[in-house]
Amino acid sequence: MTSATFPSSEPKPSWTRYFSFNTDAKVIGIQYIVLSFFYFLIGGLLAMIIRGELITPAADLVDRTVYNGIYTMHGTIMLFLFIFPVLNGLNNLLIPTMIGAPDMAFPRLNAVAFWLVPIFGTLLIASFFVPGGPAYSGWWSYPPVSLQNPLGNLLSGQGLWITAVALSGVSSIMGAVNFVTTIIRMRAPGMTWFRMPVFCWTALAAQSLQLIGLPALTGGAVMLLFDLIAGTSFYRPEGGGDPVLYQHFFWFYSHPAVYVIILPVFGVFSELFPVYARKPLFGYVYVALASFIIVGLGLIVWVHHMFPSGVAQWMRNLFMVTTMLIAVPTGVKVFAWLGTLWRGKLRLTTPMLFCLGGLFNFVFAGITGIMLATVPVDIHVSNTYFVVGHFHYVIYGAAVMGVFAAIYHWFPKFTGRMPYEGLGKVHFLLTFVGANLNFLPMHPAGLMGMPRRVSSYDPEFAFWNVLASLGAFLLGVSIIPFLLNMVSSWVRGPKATHNPWNAIGLEWLLPSPPAEDNFGEHVPTVIARPYGYGLGQPLVENQAAIERELTLQEATP
Amino acid sequence: MTSSTPRLRPLPLLGLALWVGLLVLVSVWMSRQAYHWLPVQASTAAPLVDGLFSFETGVGTFVFLGVISVMIWVVLMHRAEKYDASDAEPIEGNTKLEVIWTAIPLVLVMGIAVYAIQVNTRLGVLGPMEHIHPGNAVEEVGGYPGDRLPPETVEVIARQWSWEFRYPAAGVSSTELHLAIDQPVTFRLVSDDVIHGFYIPAFRLKQDVVPGTAIDFNLTPTREGRYRLRDSQFSGTWFAANQADVVVEAGDAHAAWLKQAAAQPLQSGISDAVQEYAVRDRKSNPGWATVPPAPPPQVNVPGSNTLPHDA
Repeated sequence: MTSATFPSSEPKPSWTRYFSFNTDAKVIGIQYIVLSFFYFLIGGLLAMIIRGELITPAADLVDRTVYNGIYTMHGTIMLFLFIFPVLNGLNNLLIPTMIGAPDMAFPRLNAVAFWLVPIFGTLLIASFFVPGGPAYSGWWSYPPVSLQNPLGNLLSGQGLWITAVALSGVSSIMGAVNFVTTIIRMRAPGMTWFRMPVFCWTALAAQSLQLIGLPALTGGAVMLLFDLIAGTSFYRPEGGGDPVLYQHFFWFYSHPAVYVIILPVFGVFSELFPVYARKPLFGYVYVALASFIIVGLGLIVWVHHMFPSGVAQWMRNLFMVTTMLIAVPTGVKVFAWLGTLWRGKLRLTTPMLFCLGGLFNFVFAGITGIMLATVPVDIHVSNTYFVVGHFHYVIYGAAVMGVFAAIYHWFPKFTGRMPYEGLGKVHFLLTFVGANLNFLPMHPAGLMGMPRRVSSYDPEFAFWNVLASLGAFLLGVSIIPFLLNMVSSWVRGPKATHNPWNAIGLEWLLPSPPAEDNFGEHVPTVIARPYGYGLGQPLVENQAAIERELTLQEATP
Repeated sequence: MTSSTPRLRPLPLLGLALWVGLLVLVSVWMSRQAYHWLPVQASTAAPLVDGLFSFETGVGTFVFLGVISVMIWVVLMHRAEKYDASDAEPIEGNTKLEVIWTAIPLVLVMGIAVYAIQVNTRLGVLGPMEHIHPGNAVEEVGGYPGDRLPPETVEVIARQWSWEFRYPAAGVSSTELHLAIDQPVTFRLVSDDVIHGFYIPAFRLKQDVVPGTAIDFNLTPTREGRYRLRDSQFSGTWFAANQADVVVEAGDAHAAWLKQAAAQPLQSGISDAVQEYAVRDRKSNPGWATVPPAPPPQVNVPGSNTLPHDA
């Protein structure tokens, strides 16, 4: 299907390729996204149980041990099995098509990285069924709690948890090597750094963070596993180990991990606002470079998670200042998006609504983030629901909304079908209202002094928890229109043209869905910056001819 | 549709000024409200922390509303007309604006940082200056200069899942923390098992209690009442139930309490976990595995953790 003049002789690719060791990045991308939503539903179900327990002050829905296992698995699944895989899915779909590469640099490594996800996912879910239940020490797994292993078996939920997290690290490192190499080495002719779409800039920044940070977590996790099953005492105080050392290993990666999550979402915002405001991205160069300033600063803020752990005063002050500085490059991005929207011609499509809602939530999260950065306030609210509210605003309010925006926006490109707008808008409304109702009340509860991770609480916190639980149940419902939309539009939605949103970018010069090798031999030469909305310049050489051919192809049944 | 950029005409400028003025008023109002979102102030640290939080709430409200105003404005005023498929005027950027909106957040956050460092320093002078003694907590003696030594030292022992407070000078132990108002106190925080968090929301202070280390922690209570001490670092099954009450009382009442307590025989202190564990053990399907709770500490005064508390 590379040319309109010759009828295609290749058979239509079978759906079974999605269940095989396929090396096509577009197949792997969809594998990642679909699998991650499977885990999203499990993680979401666990969240419903958590909020069900917390709708009353007493621990009355499930046993405390069960609650602790469930909240631990909720966090772990949502981070390691949902948000990272879903973003890697977007990377797989978008990086090669946006830079005009036929595939990723190392297609087999790419497939291995993906297939590790169901392997460690199964390990993690299997821990529900081992004697003693799953890990229960939170997604941080701080020792010594995580080393207590009540039953004393070699095979424990905690052991499976650590193994799964280490494997997740291996998978992510493989992915990062691939994404970084692909972006550096495989760009289309003419696509200089400052002609590269911002999504690729943010992906490069985020994946560089993975390469620098993940080895620390993986090494830290291996030592934790040895402490748990082999009797070493890297972190056991009674053997001369230091439990706080683990916290450094953990946060050295796990704080930058937040930027690994949010940077590609900034990329999505930067791609979508120009399309739906019909204007160039305001200050493209600054937005592109800001990602790398965030990378540099993001690597030197991790101690802000440990202010109450017993950190010297000068270190508290230093890490407070570095943390606050991140507001500057982030502010540059937020203002650039506002500048893009200003005097634009806005189209409030589903992806645009998700971007606007995500930006709204992100600005709120940024302000509570500054509050958390300042040591005296952090001392009071750290490990309270204020923090839980803050990061759910970041992760769900901004990142997951950005992911939904990306899915609605690029769905036609990779499935060849249009998603339904009505269902999409219902999904947006339920998500936006549900997320705010769920996560806003967590802030007052935290300010009043309600610790996180509790299975019961004092009655004065009940009011805010009832609101949060209602919001959570609404969020639970909000996923239904999304799933309906995805399944029904993929099966029988209207056929998509190559560029249904009238967007500028190499991926929109490919048929929907693109051929296995994308542009194949005919990679167009890029001659302009991205986002040339309203400038009337072509993005690539012979753009008119390429588009004419695609339109012709679409007209022939 | 306008084709040329309208340059700061007086009427829009006036509207903008009015709007900014309104946002400032709302922000000031929010910064006052912020005090009501926090528990009562019961230590010397509390007013300092609350002042910073109130300031941040004010600044944050202004920034948030400013950004959201722009978003709402563009959504209302800059929507494409139906069937208008054309592009907007291509504005690619503005270096002057970029410099301004890099500088403003920089100045703002550095201003907040300076304020926070000042509060931090004052907090250090007033009380919570930790002294960490690595090594064996039991063998450690003294550790800080005598001139900074507050009159009362309380040893806090955190366990899975109970809090024990020892007053070495008076020879008293309790599972309810009693403190004299306006009297600086030093806590020596130790843990028998895992990391716990020593957190009294009304005092706005929190310190992790790390096994293998004794941490000295100072504070001064300033308001009489009954407050909650909560474990703030996840410590296992009964983490949520690991709470104790803190009673701040007048100096003579405190002395009387210590005297009376010293006369009491040792008895089992409060441990909700031990009670729940006994009930749980009788169930046919008790749930997943747990570490058994430590036996209740033997203390002179168990106290209570069910009376109404101020915060």
